[in-house]
Amino acid sequence: MLEIGLSHYLVLAAIMFTLGVFGIFLNRKNVIIIMMSIELILLAVNLNLVAFSAHLGDMVGQVFTLFVLTVAAGEAAIGLAILVVYFRNRGTIAVEDIRIMKG
Amino acid sequence: MPLATLPSLTPALPEIFLAIAAMLLLMLGVFSSEENNTRMVSYASVLVLIVAIPFIGLVTEGRSVTFGGAFVTDTFAVYIKALVLVSAATVIIMSKDYLKTQGIERFEFPVLIVLATLGMMMMISANDLIALYLGLELQSLSLYVIASFQRDSARSAEAGLKYFVLGALASGLLLYGMSMIYGFAGTTSFDTLARIFHDSHNHISVGVVVGIVFMLAGLAFKVSAVPFHMWTPDVYEGAPTPVTALFAVAPKIAAMGLFIRVMIGPFGELGAQWQQIIIFISVASMLLGAFAAINQTNIKRLMAYSSIGHMGYALIGLAVAGAAGDAALRADGVESMLIYLGIYMVVNIGTFACILLMKRDGRMVEGIDDLVGLSKSNPALAMILSIFMFSMAGIPPLAGFLGKLYVFQAAIQVELYALAIIGVLASVVGAYYYIRIIKVMYFDDPVDELDRGISLEMKTILVVTGVVIIFFVFYPAPLLTGAESAAAALFHE
Repeated sequence: MLEIGLSHYLVLAAIMFTLGVFGIFLNRKNVIIIMMSIELILLAVNLNLVAFSAHLGDMVGQVFTLFVLTVAAGEAAIGLAILVVYFRNRGTIAVEDIRIMKG
Repeated sequence: MPLATLPSLTPALPEIFLAIAAMLLLMLGVFSSEENNTRMVSYASVLVLIVAIPFIGLVTEGRSVTFGGAFVTDTFAVYIKALVLVSAATVIIMSKDYLKTQGIERFEFPVLIVLATLGMMMMISANDLIALYLGLELQSLSLYVIASFQRDSARSAEAGLKYFVLGALASGLLLYGMSMIYGFAGTTSFDTLARIFHDSHNHISVGVVVGIVFMLAGLAFKVSAVPFHMWTPDVYEGAPTPVTALFAVAPKIAAMGLFIRVMIGPFGELGAQWQQIIIFISVASMLLGAFAAINQTNIKRLMAYSSIGHMGYALIGLAVAGAAGDAALRADGVESMLIYLGIYMVVNIGTFACILLMKRDGRMVEGIDDLVGLSKSNPALAMILSIFMFSMAGIPPLAGFLGKLYVFQAAIQVELYALAIIGVLASVVGAYYYIRIIKVMYFDDPVDELDRGISLEMKTILVVTGVVIIFFVFYPAPLLTGAESAAAALFHE
């Protein structure tokens, strides 16, 4: 029987985190995918915190997770609002088109 | 049996005051007549921010901790908060005319600045990873919105979008680092972390080091230090100019304060682990700030690179504070950094006031070429802008020179000679593009004149900042003693 320990959770969270970061930089199509990548990063952090919290027998990590979840909801709302404003001005949300200013 | 006791609210009273005031200001804006509610809310916000400054001084006596150790006030917090509040209030005053000419005069603008300031004050006073994160997010979420405040402008929307995506990524990195530190050290409290690392005598797990590196990356994003600077030029250029002025001062100074607090507080014993990274970030920022600004034609973009460079100089102070050994020398490093940030704030506010006055036929212009012949059309403005440029380039006897002098002196005291030498060379290169602006104003042939007419508020801001920059050398005592006691508060033991 395979026992699932702390390291399994940490590896999974690290993979999710890396996927999120790569999703932001490699994606050329759509800003919505960037938003999803950001959520993925935050979920990786939450998984980390809950795993550590269970491992340490300490509640602070789970409290932290609840705060992160709440802030992530607010962040997603503001991000989508900015995206709507952007779409109204440009009529596109393709990542390649976000370059009025070089850089 | 009581379930809990009410924590002492006194240390957090200024923050509570600002939070309630922000909500009241929102109500004031909603329920007053539409004609002049923006002006009323703006003045009220400035008043609230100014009142908060002596308030912070009153509630702070030595070091006090509350909310279960999550919130701390000390003279360090007072110093940084005072800088942040002054810059936020000045930006609201400066934004008045701009908002009107651009047709974005809405009362939410000053309220969002007050909320962002509240977030900055919370993160400066954070004494726990959770409190740090919440303060940082309150600040960032408000700033994302004001970056895209000019909603019918594609550039402003793009600036907001870029700032949001990269800011959220930075928060993600920071959080991942926090989760590693929590997991491998077992606590989120700064005081407990400091004790654990103090007792461990440098036998710390790899997980903690990984966590520190991720946190450094997240914080470097927030202060726009190389290699995490790429959002800065675009956001500075696209955002409405008063918002750029705010970005250049308040969040930078607050994030620097947070940077110092985190590195000296919980990780103060681990200087050997993070000092090298800070040295690298600092050198890279100084060089990039010096070289990348040379080819810029847009003055807001130029100011972005300039601020990246200035963050590099300020970080020298933090590198000094990470050196092993004498606490007095390390405190000198922090002190020089705090002085540098104070001067940086004054010069930047003055320069952005000048940029806000660059109008032709009632429209804003922001090319460096548009300054041609300013010395003839408006000699006083040209004169004062030259003073700011000389100060940023570090020409004695202006304040900018003294700021750099203190930082380099602190670096030489702990034998970080390479940092000081690279700093001097970078500021020589940087002098080229600052002085180019002066050359354009004084020696190029004028084409079209800029609009004259400066409002009383702008005149006051220009005169006050100009006087501070020129006469700082004769009367530096207030800033020096403030920075000294602020730095001493961090090395309390």
